Amino acid sequence: MDYDNKLERVAVMGAAGKMGSGILLLTSIEMADLSLKPENRGRTFTIQAIDVSDEALSGLMKYLRAQVLRIAEKKMVWLRLMYADRADLVDNGQIIQQYVFDVLNVVRPTIRIEAAYDCHIIFEAIKEDPDLKKKIFRKIDGVNPHKPWYLTNTSSIPISELDRDAGLDGRIIGFHFYNPPAVQKLVELICAKNTAPLLQAFALEYAERLGKLVVRSNDKAGFIGNGHFMRDALHGISEAERLTAEVPLYEAVWMINKVSQDYLVRPMGIFQLIDYVGLDVVNYIMQVMNPHFPGEEIHSPMLRSYLELEIRGGQNSDGSQKDGILRYEKGRPVGVYDLASQQYIAAEHFRESCEARLGPLPKSFQPWKQVVASKMKDEFFASLFQELKTMDTAGARLALKYACRSKEIGQQLVANGIARTDEDVNTVLLTGFFHTLGPINNYV
Amino acid sequence: MEKKIYMTAGYNTISLGTGRKEFNPGKPRPGIEHYIKEAGSQVLSKIGGPDAVDETVIGNFMACRFNSQAHLGAFAPYIDEGLSGKPSTRVEGACASGGLALLTGIKSVLSGSAEVVLALGVEVQNSVKAIYGADILAAAGWAAERKTGHAFFFPGQFSDRAGVYFERFGRERTRKSFARWYRNAIENARLCLTAQEYHNTVADLETLAMTEPNGKSFVDYLNLFDCSKVSDGASAIAIVSREGLRRIGIPVEEAVEITGFGHAVNNITVKPADPTELSTARLAAEKALKMAGISIGQVGTVETHDCFTIAGILGVEALGLAKKGEGPDYVLAGETSRKGEVPFNTTGGLIGWGHPTGATGVHMAVTIMEQLTGKAGDTQINIRPSKPFGLSLNMGGDDKTLVSIVYRRGE
Repeated sequence: MDYDNKLERVAVMGAAGKMGSGILLLTSIEMADLSLKPENRGRTFTIQAIDVSDEALSGLMKYLRAQVLRIAEKKMVWLRLMYADRADLVDNGQIIQQYVFDVLNVVRPTIRIEAAYDCHIIFEAIKEDPDLKKKIFRKIDGVNPHKPWYLTNTSSIPISELDRDAGLDGRIIGFHFYNPPAVQKLVELICAKNTAPLLQAFALEYAERLGKLVVRSNDKAGFIGNGHFMRDALHGISEAERLTAEVPLYEAVWMINKVSQDYLVRPMGIFQLIDYVGLDVVNYIMQVMNPHFPGEEIHSPMLRSYLELEIRGGQNSDGSQKDGILRYEKGRPVGVYDLASQQYIAAEHFRESCEARLGPLPKSFQPWKQVVASKMKDEFFASLFQELKTMDTAGARLALKYACRSKEIGQQLVANGIARTDEDVNTVLLTGFFHTLGPINNYV
Repeated sequence: MEKKIYMTAGYNTISLGTGRKEFNPGKPRPGIEHYIKEAGSQVLSKIGGPDAVDETVIGNFMACRFNSQAHLGAFAPYIDEGLSGKPSTRVEGACASGGLALLTGIKSVLSGSAEVVLALGVEVQNSVKAIYGADILAAAGWAAERKTGHAFFFPGQFSDRAGVYFERFGRERTRKSFARWYRNAIENARLCLTAQEYHNTVADLETLAMTEPNGKSFVDYLNLFDCSKVSDGASAIAIVSREGLRRIGIPVEEAVEITGFGHAVNNITVKPADPTELSTARLAAEKALKMAGISIGQVGTVETHDCFTIAGILGVEALGLAKKGEGPDYVLAGETSRKGEVPFNTTGGLIGWGHPTGATGVHMAVTIMEQLTGKAGDTQINIRPSKPFGLSLNMGGDDKTLVSIVYRRGE
């Protein structure tokens, strides 16, 4: 297999989406960089950026231009070498502008799926809907004469199922970027039963060129990342529901969100994370996973109640957080949606009573931002958990129970053969979810 | 000199840029006119207002590109309407523009065409990101060499010098002396309210400064701590005759006397014959010392042009304080620290105080004036009677335009 040849004609399905735009950015840069290699002069590299709306594609090109500029400014030493033979490009500024053009010049935005019919590599980053994905794969594969390779960004659908139902003969691999792809280093790599070895080799080389950290997951619905996240979320939801014996649901949601963020030192609480990913996406993923784990009940009526009221979360095109279960101002939660009265209740009405109920934070508490940069994490968590175990407060009890459940979920992923090792589970949570502590640890 | 020349009433704005708490790259900042006005009007207020001034000289390197602003001479009346109708000139010699502003003022006073000159240096460089600023600053070299030059052009030039120095005189010891130079610079800057590194709180500066250089993202032989930062700032000072001192009502002991100066240039199209030497710097300093009639041993404090740590070390050697290849030993022995034999860059120099390029030469003069007249506040060093002189060495480009000045307290 020739890596450069394969990347000569590429398509990204769902290119204007949250994940697709990042995949497009990274891949178009990789392709432009290949085109700058002396041996590739004269070759034309193209990436079809396919999505359903011209408006979204127009926004995509603006995003792309801004991001490529930012990236170009950081690789100036290399760019000067690449453009050394261009006598007309003297200043850094001139070279950067040329590079931005050269990257954008690889990209062909289009709303026509036909653009994928002549490509060798198809990145798929559309909605997490198994039937839609299979339909698209079948449609392309039926007319594409090149027997293309498919790299799907699904975060939950078994690759073997996609392979079988779309009739791809092993020309598909799960290449699951984390959000946002341009920033997150983690990629979950998932092979179907008969994924072609050459495709695997290509995927590994591509990941390495992009500087990604690869964790292989076995081909079971949800893989490692969502395998943990969905179950972790369901634990948070059931804990909140349990607390409704004492407080209204919106207060319970606030409390569990706080415990899962502050006590467990995560970048955001579990309900904020659900909002970040989008309630509809979470619901889709649960629908995909549930039939594969009979008896586990991976679904949430509470989540569906929000969705029925059009409470969805997710992000605006500028990356800012939309209101979901929580309400946000400048990215920070400031209220919670009350299903009963169908409106947001401002946190100022209940924050103090919730905090009184949880009790004071552990004395050794440090905010996530501080811990994530700390070189003394072991010492920190040793004293944090020591303290939690001796504290007689609701907050500490909820936190310990939460951490135990998270560990149990992680261990189950290994026991069920989804993750190869404890280490792989921890790597996914530490790098893909920015946790400060892997779920499988000795403190719990 | 036939006529005694003095400098007094100096003033520095803060050096604004990364490191200062008030610096926020995402927010609007004061423009170049603000800096000119602040520095100029502060000096005017110390010398009795604009009526005392015969002429203004503004040193600036690249406002035409950093700020799309040329014709800076005509900003003098913006400092104070009272400067309208009087002569005002902008002078340029890359990073020695400030030094040239001083020399221009000195010569005006020497010629008798002025008794009081307001000399000012200014640069506002945070208007563009450093990667584009590198293009602008590269114009201090020969434009024909830009294409083959480094992305970070001047760090590249001095990195090359450092590379040859490492090879010839040893890498480890030299890098340690760079780290010590950095530490001295930051420790001095922490004493000076206007310094860009005033807020620096790093505990172990030398370990930080020993970070391995990374040629893939920057240059091969220098790291970021070896470099002065991108700065916005202005400095101003009054250059006056004896008659001028009387006019502005400042006692002579609150001024410094200029006892010598040296100005030398070298061909901008020619690469240095020996990269481990600043030969033009040596020449300018020798001229200044000769004119003052003193030896380097009588100099009690130096402000040298440490745009990079290697330039600091080479400056020590160019001044004759250490033999070739022995600058690192001199620095590592503590001789350039504020308690050493010859305290260098007592408010942090270019690395610690900041390097608003066109202002730097004037900033050096203000610092030495404050030290020699006992007005340096927390940064004050002890000036021994046996070493009453101060010396500044201001460099434009890669050892191409050099201005050196010798000062002593007025009496």
